[in-house]
Amino acid sequence: MSDILALTAAETVRRVGAGDIAPAEVWETYRERAAKDDLNAFTWVADAPPEEHGGGSAGMALGGVPVAVKDLFCTRGVPSQAGSKVLEDYRPPYTATAVSRLERAGAPLLGKTNQDEFAMGSSTENSAYGPVLNPWNRERVPGGSSGGSAAAVAAGLAPWAIGTDTGGSIRQPAALCGVVGLKPTYGAVSRYGMIAFASSLDQAGPFARDVTDAALLFRHMVGRDDRDSTSLGPEEEVALPEAEDLAGIRLGVPEELSGEGIEPGVLEAFNDTLRRAEGLGASVEPCRLEHAPHALSAYYLIAPAEASSNLARFDGVRYGLRANGDDGLLAMYTRTRAAGFGDEVKRRIMLGTYALSSGYYDAYYGRAQRVRTKIAEDFRSAFERFDFVVTPTSPSVAFPLGERTSDPLAMYLSDYCTVPMSLAGIPAISIPNGRSQGLPTGFQIAGPAFSENRVLAAAHALERAIGFDGAEARA
Amino acid sequence: MIDRDEVLHVARLARLELSADEVERMARELSAVLEHIEKISELDLDGVPPTSHVVEVANALRADEPRPSLPREEALGGAPAVSDDGFLVPSPGA
Repeated sequence: MSDILALTAAETVRRVGAGDIAPAEVWETYRERAAKDDLNAFTWVADAPPEEHGGGSAGMALGGVPVAVKDLFCTRGVPSQAGSKVLEDYRPPYTATAVSRLERAGAPLLGKTNQDEFAMGSSTENSAYGPVLNPWNRERVPGGSSGGSAAAVAAGLAPWAIGTDTGGSIRQPAALCGVVGLKPTYGAVSRYGMIAFASSLDQAGPFARDVTDAALLFRHMVGRDDRDSTSLGPEEEVALPEAEDLAGIRLGVPEELSGEGIEPGVLEAFNDTLRRAEGLGASVEPCRLEHAPHALSAYYLIAPAEASSNLARFDGVRYGLRANGDDGLLAMYTRTRAAGFGDEVKRRIMLGTYALSSGYYDAYYGRAQRVRTKIAEDFRSAFERFDFVVTPTSPSVAFPLGERTSDPLAMYLSDYCTVPMSLAGIPAISIPNGRSQGLPTGFQIAGPAFSENRVLAAAHALERAIGFDGAEARA
Repeated sequence: MIDRDEVLHVARLARLELSADEVERMARELSAVLEHIEKISELDLDGVPPTSHVVEVANALRADEPRPSLPREEALGGAPAVSDDGFLVPSPGA
């Protein structure tokens, strides 16, 4: 059993295919570990793999290696609460496309993972179902909003997992938990069945122990879906990365995201890996993303504005919680929302409603959309000179539980290095990059739209050079 | 920057009941966030077009063909209250 835990997911798939391991054995190993979760990473764990997909068989592409899924993906008949009390025990009548694609490829649903309510947060402390603990240090946060998925993979409670990233919600927790997290190009993965936060930014992606696992899982998530008109077919199949060097690769290091505001230990680990990249044949030069320092401001107008509209649906009529309606319909709406939403969600709904309200629209929302244009232009010019833009993923290592909960702005700054890529809709990966203060740090690689295969290849070469060992967190 | 009355106005627009305590806190916290966000007003953005969506897909249409929808009982399955064949809500006039 413990042998299985030592294997990467891709290696497990291979061994299952070769007949060395039975899919049922893989399922039992991880189901048992997930059921004993003491990090609060899971909000629900399956008893048995769903029969209609055969529980994943040796002949299937993903060999029955089960996947943990962030709670906000709708899963038919299975609690899908998005970390919110307003959806307590909600069981959707359909399954999200990303999840059903993985199931069809042979990755049965292992469980649903804890998250910040409606993906709003950077620490998973905003979950109505309690915070997730970081497996490297249980007094620290796992990052967020997909903290449950990141912690589950890091602790070996799941072989791999999926999450969503709106402004950093895959990459930042991946960095803080010492796993790989990929935010794909906007449109690469269908959003159908993802409980929406900010529709122009939300994108699903994989969490994995290494880059190869991330590529394999991602391969079975992508593709055009008639149920999401913003989804796009991939230009090429997702390849399993094989690169071992970075010969001829030009890396740009944006001054705005690699100096001020980054913790010294994180910066040191980042600079060490820049030298490793040079050792592998890459050139490393400074570049400018002039508008990146304004990305957070634009993001905290655009995302809450879209959220305030998306979250209007939680009104006690069609699903979820309903408060007492004795005083009429309007009172039922306002009380349901007061009782069902947590503080951060209320804050963002208020901020978004304000930004969209009459008299403020141009000054806030309209302006933020113009900043978004400038940020996308900055990346386009950078990619004329460089193959990739690289930064630390998170300005800090995992912070203590409770440290930033009373200061929304400090929490928002956790996404300083990840938000610009989200606004530009481009792919970016975070890979484990050694430790600072004993805790994992992340190295982020961003490329032009639909350059995932190249991003994964570069990440693979760097991963080998970094040689991060995550076994300690799985012990 | 954003006062109590504005908080109450926005809460009404957002269909959100706030306690007296929450109104005070919201005014303080939103002001702090807006003060930070205010920095984008320093940028020269004349003539810059807005980006609402990064994917340039226009008029994503599908053939208008009838197909089965979610069965009514499944659509109503998660509702807090239903009448025979629909969602049941309190009277708007109460």
